[in-house]
Amino acid sequence: MIPELGHFALWLALAMALLLGVVPLAGALRGRDDWMTLARPLAAGLCITVGIAFISLTASFVRNDFSVLYVASNSNSALPLQYRIAGVWGGHEGSLLLWVTMLCVWMGAVARFSRHLPLPVVARILSVMGWVAVGFLLFTLITSNPFERLFPAPADGRDLNPLLQDPGMVIHPPMLYMGYVGFSVAFAFAVAALIGGNLDSQWARWTRPWTLAAWIFLTIGITLGSWWAYYTLGWGGWWFWDPVENASFMPWLAGTALVHSLAVTEKRGAFKSWTVLLAILAFSLSLLGTFLVRSGVLSSVHAFATDPRRGLFILAFLVIVVGSSLTLYAWRAPRVGLGARFALLSRETLLLGNNVMLVVAMAAVLLGTLYPLLLDALGFGKISVGPPYFDTVFVPLMAPLVFLMGVGPLARWKQAELPELALRLRWAFAVAVVAALASGWLAGRITLVATVGLLMAWWIVASLATELWGRIKPRDGASVGARAALLPRAALGMMVAHLGVAVFIFGVTLVKTLEVERDVKMGTGDTTTIEGYVFTFRGVRELDGPNYRAARGWIEVTQGGRKVADMFPEKRIYRVQRNPMTNAAIQTGLTRDLYVSLGESVEGGAWIVRVYYKPFIDWIWGGCVLMMLGGLLAATDRRYRSRAPATAAPPLATAMPGIGTLEHEAP
Amino acid sequence: MTHAQARFARFVLLACLALFGATPLRAGEAAPAAEDPALEARLVEITSELRCLVCQNQTIADSHADLAVDLRNQVREMLRRGDSREQIVAYMTARYGDFVLYRPPLKESTALLWFGPALLMVAGLAVLVVVLRRRARLPDESFEPDEDMPGPNPAAGGPTA
Amino acid sequence: MKSLKFLIPLVLFGVLALFLGAGLKLDPREVPSPLIDKPAPDFKLARLDDPATTISREDMLGKVWLLNVWASWCVACREEHPLLVEFAKRKLVPVYGLNYKDVRADGKAWLSQHGNPYEASLFDEKGKVGIDYGVYGVPETFVIDRKGVIRYKQIGPLTPEVLRDRIEPLIKSLQA
Repeated sequence: MIPELGHFALWLALAMALLLGVVPLAGALRGRDDWMTLARPLAAGLCITVGIAFISLTASFVRNDFSVLYVASNSNSALPLQYRIAGVWGGHEGSLLLWVTMLCVWMGAVARFSRHLPLPVVARILSVMGWVAVGFLLFTLITSNPFERLFPAPADGRDLNPLLQDPGMVIHPPMLYMGYVGFSVAFAFAVAALIGGNLDSQWARWTRPWTLAAWIFLTIGITLGSWWAYYTLGWGGWWFWDPVENASFMPWLAGTALVHSLAVTEKRGAFKSWTVLLAILAFSLSLLGTFLVRSGVLSSVHAFATDPRRGLFILAFLVIVVGSSLTLYAWRAPRVGLGARFALLSRETLLLGNNVMLVVAMAAVLLGTLYPLLLDALGFGKISVGPPYFDTVFVPLMAPLVFLMGVGPLARWKQAELPELALRLRWAFAVAVVAALASGWLAGRITLVATVGLLMAWWIVASLATELWGRIKPRDGASVGARAALLPRAALGMMVAHLGVAVFIFGVTLVKTLEVERDVKMGTGDTTTIEGYVFTFRGVRELDGPNYRAARGWIEVTQGGRKVADMFPEKRIYRVQRNPMTNAAIQTGLTRDLYVSLGESVEGGAWIVRVYYKPFIDWIWGGCVLMMLGGLLAATDRRYRSRAPATAAPPLATAMPGIGTLEHEAP
Repeated sequence: MTHAQARFARFVLLACLALFGATPLRAGEAAPAAEDPALEARLVEITSELRCLVCQNQTIADSHADLAVDLRNQVREMLRRGDSREQIVAYMTARYGDFVLYRPPLKESTALLWFGPALLMVAGLAVLVVVLRRRARLPDESFEPDEDMPGPNPAAGGPTA
Repeated sequence: MKSLKFLIPLVLFGVLALFLGAGLKLDPREVPSPLIDKPAPDFKLARLDDPATTISREDMLGKVWLLNVWASWCVACREEHPLLVEFAKRKLVPVYGLNYKDVRADGKAWLSQHGNPYEASLFDEKGKVGIDYGVYGVPETFVIDRKGVIRYKQIGPLTPEVLRDRIEPLIKSLQA
C-alpha cells in the first residue's frame, strides 16, 4: 500500500513539475501576474508530493518491506535502523529519489527566501527548477522506479553493501547531493536572467548567497567522502582520482570560479556574461557527473549498476538542458553590457586570472577522466588514466593559482599599482620562503617537492597576514580592535577560506613527505616502534556484531612509557553478503594520525599488522572545514540579510545601486 | 635417575631449547611481514601504478583478487631476478595492453592527454590577455558607469576592500 | 561576427555529447588483447587427463585451432559449454582446453559431468600460461592459426552469434 502511494505521489509530482515549468514562465513572458503568482504554490505542491514519495520509500525500508524490489536489494532485517534509512540512497533508484528530494529542498528555500525578488524573476527561476525536476522525475518513473514490486516477496533482503554500513554513508550522499543540486539554483538564476534580460550587479547580489550555500554543501560532501574513504577502506588513502570523485570535483572547481566571478559582477558589474556561463557550466558538470556515474560509460568503484537505456535517457536530458541553456546563452549574451571599466592590472584582472586557472584545472580533470573514452570511441584502443597522471598534472596547474591567491586580495579594484603591490608582497614572499625552509628543516626532511608545497602554503598565510594587517592596523585614531570589529563578514570569510586552502596544502605536503608505513608480523607481546610511538600487539579475539562476525585485534600504543591509546582494528565478515571487510583503527591527533589495520593471520597465532604514522593528515580535512566556514561567513554577510524589497530592473540596463547597507565594501 | 635417563633428559632439554630458541620465548620487536622489506617497498611502488584487471578500480598492489596476487608474486620474482621497472612494465603491457598502466605511456595517441593541460593553461591565459587588451582599446562609452559606492579613498594607504 | 564566439560553448558541448553517446555503446571494462596478430606465447603443459604427456606450442603448429580457457569453479563456463560441445562435434577445427587454476580431480570430474569437447585439456595449475596469454577472466577463447599466431580473442562466454558471425568465417579464411 505504502509503495503504491509513493509511486502515485511521484506521478503527481511530475504533473506539478510540468505545471510549474510552464505556467509561471508563460506568465513572465506575457506579463500575467496571476500565472506568475502560481509559482510558489506549485513549487510547494511539488515539494509535498516528492516528500510523500521519499517518506514512503523510507517507510518501506524501516518496515523491512521486502516485497519492494529496491528494498530487497539493499536492505536486510538484521540491518541496524540507521543503515536501513541510509539504504534508501544506497542504490541507483533511491539515490535518484534523493536527488529530486534535494531539488525540492532548494526549491522550497528559494520560494521562501525570495521575497525581495521581483515576481517575474521568481517565476522564471522556479519554472527552470521545475523543468529540471521534470527531467529527473521522468527518468525515475520511466527507467528507475524505486517502488517496483517483487513477487514472490523474499523472506529477507540481500543486505546493504557492507562498505556502506557506516555513519559516513548516512551523511555523505545527502550533503553531496545538496551541493550538486544546489548549483541548479545558480543555474536557474542565470537562465532566468538570460530570459528576462536583467543581468546586472543586483542579479549577482541575489545569486551569490545561493551559490555559496551550494558550494559549502559540495565542499562538505567531498570532504566527508574523502575522510570516509580514508577510515573505511583500510589502507590510508584519501583521494584516488576515481571518475566519480572527479565528477564531484569538477563542479566544485567551476563553483569556486563562479563564487569569485560573482564577487566581481556584484561589485563592479563586470564579467556578466562570463559569470552566467560559469553558472551554466557548474550545473552542467553536476549533470555530467550524474551521467558518468549511472550510464556505465566509465568504470568506477562508485558506479551504480548500469543499463544502456538509463544512460541514453540521462544523455538526452543532459543534451536538452545544457544544449538549450547554451543556445539561450549564445543568443542573449552578446547583448549583455560590458560592465564597469578596469585596468589591465587590477583586482578584476587577477580574479579573471583565478577563473581561467580554475576552469583550466577543471578542463584538465575532465580531459583525464574522459580520455580513455575518447580513445576507445575513436578506435585507438583502451588505456587507463589514474592517479599517477592526475598527480603529475594537477599540482603544476595549482601553483600559479596559489600565487594569485596572495596577490589578488591586495590589489585594488579598477586599477592596481604594481610598485605598491610588489612592495607589500615582498615581505610576504620573504617570510614564506624562510618559513617553508624552516618548517621543512624542523620536520626533518627537506625535499624539493615538499619545499614547493610548504612555500605555497606559507605564501598564502603570509599574504593573508599582510592583508589582514592592512585592514586592521591602527589608523585615523581607530584601534586594532575597533577596525577588526568593522571587518565585513565577507572579507573575513574570504580570509578564513583562503587560510583553509593553506592548511589543506600543509596537510597534503607533510603527510605525503613524512608518512611511515610498516607491515609487520606480530605475535602476542610483539612491538614495533614508529617515531617514538610503541605499538604492542595484545592479541585477537572473535566477536559477533549485529549482522557480522569479526576478529578484533587489540593494539596498545605508548609513547615515552605513557599510554596513548588502545586500538581495535577489525576484520569483519558480513553474514549476508559474505565479503570480508577490514576496519582500520585510527587514533586521531592534531598533528598526526596513528592508523592500524589487520592483515591475515599466520601460523603461531601471529597476525600481519599494517601500521601507519600519518603526520598532519587531519589538516587536509581541517582545511576543507575552514573553507566551508569561510563560505558560511561570506554567505551571511549583512548585505545578503537585508530584507528590503527589490526594485524591478529595466531589461538589459544597469540596475540602480542595490538596496541594502553598504558602508563597508567587501570583496 | 640412571645415567641413560639423565642423558635422555638433557637431550630433550637441549632439543626443546633448540626448538623454542628459534621463536622468541619473550615477545620482542616484531619482524617485518615481508622477507625483504626493501624489495617489498619496490614491489608496492611498481604495482601501485598498475591496474587490477579483475576489479579494475584498484591497483594491483591493493587488490585481493586472485589474479592480482598472482601478478604481485610474478613481479616479486622478477625483482628478485634483478629486472628493472621498464622490463616489468613491458611484461605487463605485452600481456594486457596499455590498459594495465595507470600512468598512460606517452605516445602519439596520448600526446594530447599529457600536453593538453599545459596547452590549455597557455591558451586560456593568452585569450585572457587578448580580450583584456581589446577591451582596453575601447572608448569609455562602451562601458557602464561605475556603480559601486566609493569606499575608503583609494589614494590613502591600505587596500580598497 | 562578434557574437559567433558565444556559440563556442555550445559547439564544444556538442562534440562532448557525441563522444558520450559513442561511449554508451562501448564497454569500459573489456580489455582488448595486445596479442592479436602476434605469435601465441610459448607453453609446455601436461595434459589434464595424462600428467605424463606434455603438449607444447610447437606441437600445435601447422593447424588452425581453438584454445578455450575454462575451470571447474567457473560459473559462466557452464553457459558456453554445451555450445562448445556442439561445435566440437562438427569437427571444423580442433578445440583444446586450458584448465586454468584448477584442481586436477575437479577438472576431470567437471568434464565427465558436462561433456568434453576438447582434443585435450592443458593443465595450467598456477595460471602462468594464462598470464602469458593475457587471461584475466574465465571463460576466454583464442583462435590460433597455422603459424601459431593469435587471430582472435573472445572475452567471456561464446555465444551462437559470435561463433556464427566472427569465429567460423575467420576459421574458414585461415584454413583456405
